[in-house]
Amino acid sequence: MQPILEIRGLTKTYKGGFTALKGVDLSINKGEIFALLGPNGAGKTTLIGAVCGLVRPTSGTIHVFGEDMGRHWRRLRAKVGLVPQELATDMFEPVLRSVNHSRGLFGLPPKPELIEETLRALSLWEKRDDQIRTLSGGMKRRVLIAKALAHEPELLFLDEPTAGVDVELRRDMWKQIAVLRERGTTVILTTHYIEEAEEMADRVGIIRKGEILMVDEKAAMMERLGRTEALITLAAPLTEVPEAVSAYPVSLIEDGKVLCYRGGGGEGSSAGTAEVAELTKALTRAGIDYTSIDIHESSLEDIFVNLLEGPDAPAQGEAA
Amino acid sequence: MSLFNARSAWTIYKQELMRAFRTAMQSILAPVLTTTLYFVVFGAAIGSQMSGGVGGVNYGAFIVPGLLLLTILGESTSNASFGIYMPRFTGAIYELLSAPVGVAETLVGFVGAAATKSLILAAIILATASLFVDYSIAHPLYAFCYVLLVSASFSLFGFILGIWADSFEKLTIVPLLILTPLTFLGGTFYSIDMLPEPWRSIAMANPVVYLVNGLRWTFYGKSDVPIALSLGLTVLFLAICVGFISWVFRTGWRLRT
Repeated sequence: MQPILEIRGLTKTYKGGFTALKGVDLSINKGEIFALLGPNGAGKTTLIGAVCGLVRPTSGTIHVFGEDMGRHWRRLRAKVGLVPQELATDMFEPVLRSVNHSRGLFGLPPKPELIEETLRALSLWEKRDDQIRTLSGGMKRRVLIAKALAHEPELLFLDEPTAGVDVELRRDMWKQIAVLRERGTTVILTTHYIEEAEEMADRVGIIRKGEILMVDEKAAMMERLGRTEALITLAAPLTEVPEAVSAYPVSLIEDGKVLCYRGGGGEGSSAGTAEVAELTKALTRAGIDYTSIDIHESSLEDIFVNLLEGPDAPAQGEAA
Repeated sequence: MSLFNARSAWTIYKQELMRAFRTAMQSILAPVLTTTLYFVVFGAAIGSQMSGGVGGVNYGAFIVPGLLLLTILGESTSNASFGIYMPRFTGAIYELLSAPVGVAETLVGFVGAAATKSLILAAIILATASLFVDYSIAHPLYAFCYVLLVSASFSLFGFILGIWADSFEKLTIVPLLILTPLTFLGGTFYSIDMLPEPWRSIAMANPVVYLVNGLRWTFYGKSDVPIALSLGLTVLFLAICVGFISWVFRTGWRLRT
């Protein structure tokens, strides 16, 4: 499949010497929702800025729809939309005029029916004559989304789209993004909320200190890096791991009161749960009684935290 | 896709004009009031004591081109500088930078709107002046073209200022501490010929002298410096500004990180 966005060896070093991107390689497929996860300062916004023309890359290439962004920026920018992280727009403008302005800025003739549809979908139609400054934070963010959609982009960047938005609005936005995907828009979003990536993304990229640590399909990542954790509360504390279960990846915690199992293949894999079942049978055979079992699979958040905080963060995964 | 998108340029132009009308008190009424006060103080009060006028022109009428230019220089510069500085300050510039908009659309939009505002102001000020003094315009078409040229040139200059500035202080420092003094010392209220040497020669180093005298020539057919020189220097200034802004867009200086 022809990638809609292909980034190769993208580097950005700012004036002060800080390198925000260190040779990033990334490919985005048409029609997918791609979540870029990373802590503050990881380079997410710089990466988006480089594609959208806000940041001048130090080196590397960006191809959008198979064409070099640097050479054909005028044609290619017309197909790309951006919702920035900051609530940055002329706050004194009424909503409708501001959204129409965005469409005109991209050189397109007015299309009232599209603008009305977009504003209605984002619950902004009733507020169309209100100055943006009078809206709540969540509604302002919707205005920015409406502005980014006004020129019907085929590739949409959402930089922390739900930052500071309450849970209800956040779920509404997820629905909107799902609608965009149905229409064939490719969406790249950066987020701190793992739940957001888990909920929406087809693929997830993890970035740290300007380097892509891993890019994979969400399900594959969770299967490959996920783990099963089982906490078996013992009827009587133990001083050491019994010989009968020492072959399993277990350890004693909480002063020997709990036997902790960490292993298996995580979500989508039954290896962990099957092994826990074997473990409990082994305990019973050894006459070791237990009072409860708490078992759960790693979430994307666990994987994310492990990748970022682990001493040996993996090298970049599959070629994205 | 063509190298110039008229609809994008029109969108920026329209937005900037709307911004001016949204702040009409500040954008239009304030400069008109200030200029009216100049006419009252200099034209009516002091002018009435100068029976011979200046170079055969009634003093009140003599200062009309200078006052017009004083307003045009200040307003063109500040309108264009605020026009581009505010989106930079608020972060809204992202929309312009990520749009398929080049230097030509940006200049036509921002600079065109600032120059249009200056032309509207110039018309209002001329109408206001007619209430206080009796003046005539010897070359109306030249006067219009010259005002247009100066408005465009200083709107370009203001645009550069708005890109250069990284604080509101820097934004206002150039018009207040450089442009206004140069305009006052540039023959707005007097003829350079009235100055003794060496001040006369020193005054000739002030670029605003050539602007004021260029406009004064279109009004009264006479000036302290040749009109061709005034026109040539103004066109040169405009060309330098356009060249500099093209460089800014090519390199992203102060616009893209």
